Formats: sequence, C-alpha cells, structure tokens
Amino acid sequence: MSKHHVSTTINGEPTEFLCEAQQTLLDVLRDELLLTGSKEGCSSGDCGACSVIVDGNVVCSCLMLGVEAEGHTIQTIEGIAQGDKLHPVQQKFLEHAALQCGFCTPGLIVAAKALLDENLNPTEEEARYWLAGNLCRCTGYDKVIRAVLDAAAEMRGAAQ
Amino acid sequence: MNAFAKEDLRVVGTRPVRPDGVDKVTGRANFGADMTMPGMLWGRIKRSPHAHARIIGINTEKAAALPGVKAVVTRADFPDVAPERAYIGEAPANLRDLSRNCIAQGKVLYEGHAVAAVAAVSPAVAAQAVDLIEVDYEVLPHVMDVEAAMASDAPLLHDDVFTVGVDPKPAKPSNVAKVVRFKKGDIEAGFAEAEHIIERRYTTKPVHQAYIEPHACVVSVGSDNQCTIWSSSQGHFMVRGYTSRIVGAEIADIRAIPAEIGGGFGGKTIVYLEPVAYMLSKKSGRPVKIVMSREEVFRGSGPTSGAVVEVKLGAKKDGRIVAGQVVLKYQAGAFPGSPVNQGAMCAFASYDLPNVDVVGYDVLSNRPKVAAYRAPGSPIAAFGVESCMDELARELRIDPLELRAKNAAKDGTKAAHGPTWANIGYINTVEAAKRTEHYQTPLGPNQGRGVASGFWFNAGGESSAAVHVNEDGTVTVTEGHPDIGGSRASMAMMVAEVLGVPYDRVRPVVGDTTAIGFSAVTGGSRVTFAGGMAVTRATEQVVEELKRRAAVTWDISPEAVEWRDGQAFPAGANAGSFEPLSLAALAAKSARTGGPISAEVQLNAQGAGPGFATHICDVEIDRETGYVKILRYTAVQDVGRAIHPAYVEGQMQGGVAQGVGWALNEEYIYDQDGRLENPGFLDYRVPVAPDMPMIETVLVEVPNPRHPFGARGCGEVPIVPPMATVANAICDAIGIRMRDLPMSPPKVLAALDETMPPTRAAAE
Repeated sequence: MSKHHVSTTINGEPTEFLCEAQQTLLDVLRDELLLTGSKEGCSSGDCGACSVIVDGNVVCSCLMLGVEAEGHTIQTIEGIAQGDKLHPVQQKFLEHAALQCGFCTPGLIVAAKALLDENLNPTEEEARYWLAGNLCRCTGYDKVIRAVLDAAAEMRGAAQ
Repeated sequence: MNAFAKEDLRVVGTRPVRPDGVDKVTGRANFGADMTMPGMLWGRIKRSPHAHARIIGINTEKAAALPGVKAVVTRADFPDVAPERAYIGEAPANLRDLSRNCIAQGKVLYEGHAVAAVAAVSPAVAAQAVDLIEVDYEVLPHVMDVEAAMASDAPLLHDDVFTVGVDPKPAKPSNVAKVVRFKKGDIEAGFAEAEHIIERRYTTKPVHQAYIEPHACVVSVGSDNQCTIWSSSQGHFMVRGYTSRIVGAEIADIRAIPAEIGGGFGGKTIVYLEPVAYMLSKKSGRPVKIVMSREEVFRGSGPTSGAVVEVKLGAKKDGRIVAGQVVLKYQAGAFPGSPVNQGAMCAFASYDLPNVDVVGYDVLSNRPKVAAYRAPGSPIAAFGVESCMDELARELRIDPLELRAKNAAKDGTKAAHGPTWANIGYINTVEAAKRTEHYQTPLGPNQGRGVASGFWFNAGGESSAAVHVNEDGTVTVTEGHPDIGGSRASMAMMVAEVLGVPYDRVRPVVGDTTAIGFSAVTGGSRVTFAGGMAVTRATEQVVEELKRRAAVTWDISPEAVEWRDGQAFPAGANAGSFEPLSLAALAAKSARTGGPISAEVQLNAQGAGPGFATHICDVEIDRETGYVKILRYTAVQDVGRAIHPAYVEGQMQGGVAQGVGWALNEEYIYDQDGRLENPGFLDYRVPVAPDMPMIETVLVEVPNPRHPFGARGCGEVPIVPPMATVANAICDAIGIRMRDLPMSPPKVLAALDETMPPTRAAAE
C-alpha cells in the first residue's frame, strides 16, 4: 500500500504526515503523530471521545480520513491549553470534579471549548444538546454541565 | 468509634482538585490503548459468527502466509486449565471457564466467542489475516431466553454442568448451573397471616457496562518468559493472576503495569485479551497490542444478566409485611456465574421481614459470559421487589416511603441472608428522602413521582499501601488499586489528614505489581474503605516513626513526643523545651536518625459497612411518542463519611444515569440465529446529556465504625434503585405498571394504546 502525503496545521504547528488511504484522522493522530489524547471509543461517530476541531467545527476524527485533513487546520485536546495555562473549560472540569475515569474527558473538553467559541452564554439545555454527541458513562453529566456553564460565566466575566 | 472525629478533620470532607486531574484534562494521561512499544505488533481476534457450534477445524495457513503476519494462535497453543474456583477478580471464577472464554475449546458458545488470533505489523494487515483464517463449524441449536434454557429439552451448552444446590445431585446435565436459596421464618405461615397478598412478575434485559474505553493491552514476553503487561483493568494483580494461570506462567515472571482505566463498572474485573496477547508475543518474540473495537466489546465482553423476577408479598392492612417471596432466574451467559447469589441476598436486605423465601437460578444460555456490573445482581432483584413494594403501597393506599419506613431494616434486624445489621443507615435515607423539598413539590399533568430503595454489601478485602517521606518532606503514597474515579485524591487526603500536612504535599501513585504488595480489584466499592484503611495505617506508622526520630534528635523518650499539625512537639513541660520539628526538618535529617522514613501496610480489611440508598424521580410522559422525560432526580444515600464529597456525589450521579439507561433504553437485541443486532452506541442507546436533568444528591452520613474516618463504599448502591424508581414514577404519571425493561418509547406507547386511560380518551 502506497502512502499519501498530507500537509496540515495541527495545534498551530504546520504538520506533514504520511498515511494509508484507509486510515482515519484519529488513526493518524494516535498512531502516526502519537497525539493519543484523542480517544477511540467506538470508531462510528457515536461516542465523541475522538472529538477534534477542524477549521472551527467539532468533528469526530474517527469519521474523517487522514487524507481529508489536507490543507485543514486541526485542534486536538493537546492544543487546548496555552502552554501551562489551562483553558477555563479544563480548569472548571478540575474544580467541579467533572471527570471520573477521564476517558471521555478530552472529547468533552474539545466539544465544550468549541461551544464556548461560538456561544459564551449557553443555557443548560443548549449545553446539553451541544454535548449530546459526547458519551460519558461515569458522571451522569451533572458536573460536566456545571463545569461548562461555569467556564462560560468566567469567560464572559473575563471578556467584559 | 472512628479514630478521627468529624469536627477535627481539616482535609477529609473537602473538595481538592484530583492529583491526576491535569493529565486527564490535557490528554496526557495514558489509557490502555495509548501505550506503544518499539517493534510492537498489532493483535486481532477471530470471533465466532455462530451462537452455538462445534469447531470442526481451523485452518490458519493462508493467514500465516500473509506478508506482515508474525504469529497466529489457536486453542492448541494454550495449555489445558483444570476446573478450579479462583478468587482473583471481583467474584469467584472457574479458571477453566475463563480460559475457554478467552479462546474457545471444542465449541463456540456465543456469537463473538474468540476462536483464534493473529499478530501483524499493522492493524490493517491483522484485520486482513483474521479474515483469512478458515474455521469449519458444525452449527448447533442455540438457546437465548432464560426460561427456554431451563426447559428439560433445551439445547445444552455444557454436558458436564449438573445443577449445584439440589439434593440429590441430578443425573442429567442441565443449563441450570446452580440453585441458591435463602430462608427465614416460615413463609407459608407468613402468607396465611397476611391480609393482603400481591404477586407479580417482572423481567429485565441484559445490559452492558458500556465503559467508553474498549479493552486494551500491550504484552511483551521475552524468550526467558519474563513478561510485562500494560493494560487497562480494575486490578493489575487480577490481570497478573488470571493471565499466569491461563497461559501457564509463574506469577513472579509477570509484571503487570496499570494503565489509566477508562471506565469499568465491574466489566474489567476479568481478562479477555491479556492471555491471548501473551501467546502472540511469546510466539512472535515481539510486544503485541490488542485493542477491542466497540463491536467486539458488545459481542465479546460481559454484560450483566437479563432476568425474570417473580415477587410475592403478604402484608397486614396497616402495611406491615409479614411474608416476602422471590424467585430469580438470571442469565449467566455461556459459563456459570451469574450474580444471582448476590441478587438473592440483596432482594429483601432493606427490610425487616419475619418470613422470607428467596430462590435463585443461575442459567446458561448462548450469550457472552456475564461480568460484574455495579452492585452485581442487586439492581435486577430490586427492580422486582421495589416495583412490587410500590404496587403494594398503591393497593394499601399507603405513602410508598411510609411503607418502606414501616418495614425498614434497622440495627439488630437479622437479614434473611444471615447478618444481623449494625450501624446501618437505611431508615435515615428514607427519612431524609421524605424531608426533601423534591418529595413535597407538586406535579403537573402527565407527570409522576416514584421512589425506591436499594442495598449493596460493599466489600473489604486485601489491600496494600506504602507511605514514603521524601528527602524534602513531601510524601509519596503508593497503592495497588487502579484509580477509576478519583481514588488517588481520597488516598492523598487521608494521608494528609493523618500527617497533618497540606494535601498538595502528598503525591499518590498507583504502583505496578512489583512496586507494591498484593491488592485486590478496584471493585465492590472497596477502595476507599480497604485501601483507605491501608493508607491510614501506613501513615500512622510513619507518624510513630517521625516521633521516634524527634525523640532521637532531642534525646528524650518517644512517648514524650507529640505529633500535631505536621510537626513534632515535646508532649509537655516535663518532656523538655524544644522547638517543634517539622516533617521537612525530620526528613532532611533522616540519615542521621535512622535512615529513610516509610511504612508499608498489607491488610485484609473486614467490616465494610453496608450501603443503603433511597431515590426519588419525577417523570413526564409524552402520550404521543411514549417518551419518558426524567424531569427531576434525587439520590439519597448513606455514605458513612464522604472523604471527597464531590467524587461521592459523582458516584451517585453516575449510578443514577446508568440506572436510567437500564430503565428506559438499554437492551441487547438478537436475531433468531442468536446474533447481536445492536453492537454499537447508535443502537445500544446509553443516556446522553439531554436525557438527564441535574441529579440532586443527599449524603446521609452514618459513620462506619470500622473505618478510621467512617467511610462506607459508595460506588455501587446508586445503580440499585433507579429502574424501580422510574417505573414507579411512570405508573404514578399514567396509571400503567411497566413490568418489563426497558421502558422504551415503543413499549410505553403500546401500553398507553392498550389501556386507553380516560384522560387520553377525553383529550381526543
């Protein structure tokens, strides 16, 4: 199998990789680039553990081929914090104990960050529906939603 | 009496950020599938397409010849394992069964049963190779349903299983692997005395733990048989123990290193992959990684039992229950070992009944071997008993919490399964539920409120912990239990509390099997209890050592040294006048006072306090679609004492959500050939964020006197009440009793159409 050459921007860095035609973006991130923060929970787009942001949109990286990443800008969980400064969503997940096992957490944080990029004042219902594609089996979502709403409130405060 | 009084606590009971938190919100934490080794191969498992078939032959030639394939294994590569009950995981398991569950011998017993495996240079080559393995099957008749499997003419899964627990021993083999019975008083006399008798039948479907992380491992075996296993599990000592027995290796040759675990809920207390990866690694001479797909998780790993639950209650008109009878028929799947024994013990554990008779059947069928799932067995029995309690309350026109209070087990009550209760908080949860604002709030049209209670034993058992004072006065605590939901935080908190130092001076580590003494699984709600005891005791020994070191420094007797606020003080005026010595000061001088300061404790913890919970749920029914909306949910639970209350609440909330999924949507759907039709999260629908409201929690604290801080296990009992709680709420809303899970929209709609209650007719 000959490999394809792909040029992208990942977490702000120009990144090139070689991949096979059938490899998903998730396979490439995890197995070729060793960005293992994105998790594989289902490989069918149902669990959201592999959520990444592609050109501003939340995407299940298991549903996108590696070759489709050509020319696109990708943000993964590894690129959400700025150096050692956590994103408010990350900080609030910690403060609210919004993770138990932590496996769905990268996907939830990526998706929540994308929500707040778009809407800094989501209602509880909006947050729940935005995150409907991110399964969490541990928390019952209560503390997750509280963390996201609290992060939004803090970011609104900071924006003023 | 607890060693530490609540009012003196400074760390325990607070909500610090977990020590592994930053790793987990930034993607740095390494879970099972995140490990990579130089030269590593990718393993993949060939699985049966049939529910029941004899394996006539396996041809691996084409697979082995595929370029990039480095090893192929079949049953022939594994040693025979003698039948033996081993207590390695959460529940006793027969090692031969477990071996044959990892890779089939002679017959496949369910669709998805492993028959062979390959290791190749890439996942794609491995997948191709698996397709090239040819298995010749003779398809056999199969049986899925629990009652069909109990019939005398049912297809037999095993010709060497004779029902255990009946006297005399049966002459014919059977799919009924075991019968259990718990009796108290005289059940006939009880029903004769009753003024009101109610008898109902309930059914539940098998549901999967549905941890988001699929099973994964990397195994490396050298030519000297030295082996390292990296895997995600609820216990790396469990992984080591089972793997050694299944592959025929010595325990000392296996080092099991725990990855972070992405959810388990009981389902990762046994092994599926590690022995297979071991054989592939041994054969290829290279490290082998196997990661299950989600489909494999559903087809090949353990759900909990589907079941039939028959309940009969006899009561006086005033609501006092004088007789309780239950028959439980639990699916075991392909090998004996459903949690029916626990279900039978839990059935009436919340109540003080004079006459009880509980019978349970452990029934084989052509489904995956069941695995532990959060309070194994109890939620199934509770769905029946707690639904029936509600039906009784309605017929007697008694408030359902009042009915429970009237019959509640209290200290001194002898439970039907044996123990006499002491220091239990069941009635406290009922009273606290009654007092909630939730229980008093009025409901709207098509809305209803349900309540139900639940019980779980909680476990103790073997744990180890080591506490090391580092040269700079920081502290490392090593424990042997994988952290599945914040236990590093609670361990560090207990150490900090005992030492009198800030929480952030203590770093907790989950040590591998060579770094810390044997520790049983993270399961049975045991870690904060048993692990907490080990950690506390080790820290207390360190404190004693620190006092000795201060005494040496001051040249006084150790009895004359007092330890408080993280410092050594002379105990009184007679002890002499010395400036206090801090932990850091003592650590810096430890070489001169006797060497490194640390302690390791191994124990077998006894006295886990039982857990009781009472839940309240409001639902609203959409009469057009049958959709059940969970409007409001309150979970009340006796947690003994919450070490880290946020993670205790999290356990309660998570258990509720899983229970709501079990109640409303989750089920395995098989076609007529015994093939699973919904092996993915699209069609096996677990709760998503919009399905749930905020989940209110009420932490009742009746301290467990056997734990230094009063902790009880808290992780499992929250999944016990929800199914009945929701069913009771649905009945309250629309007057229809749903007795078969899941109460999914089509079933609720069908029930509505069948009854056409007046309110609906009037509306049309």
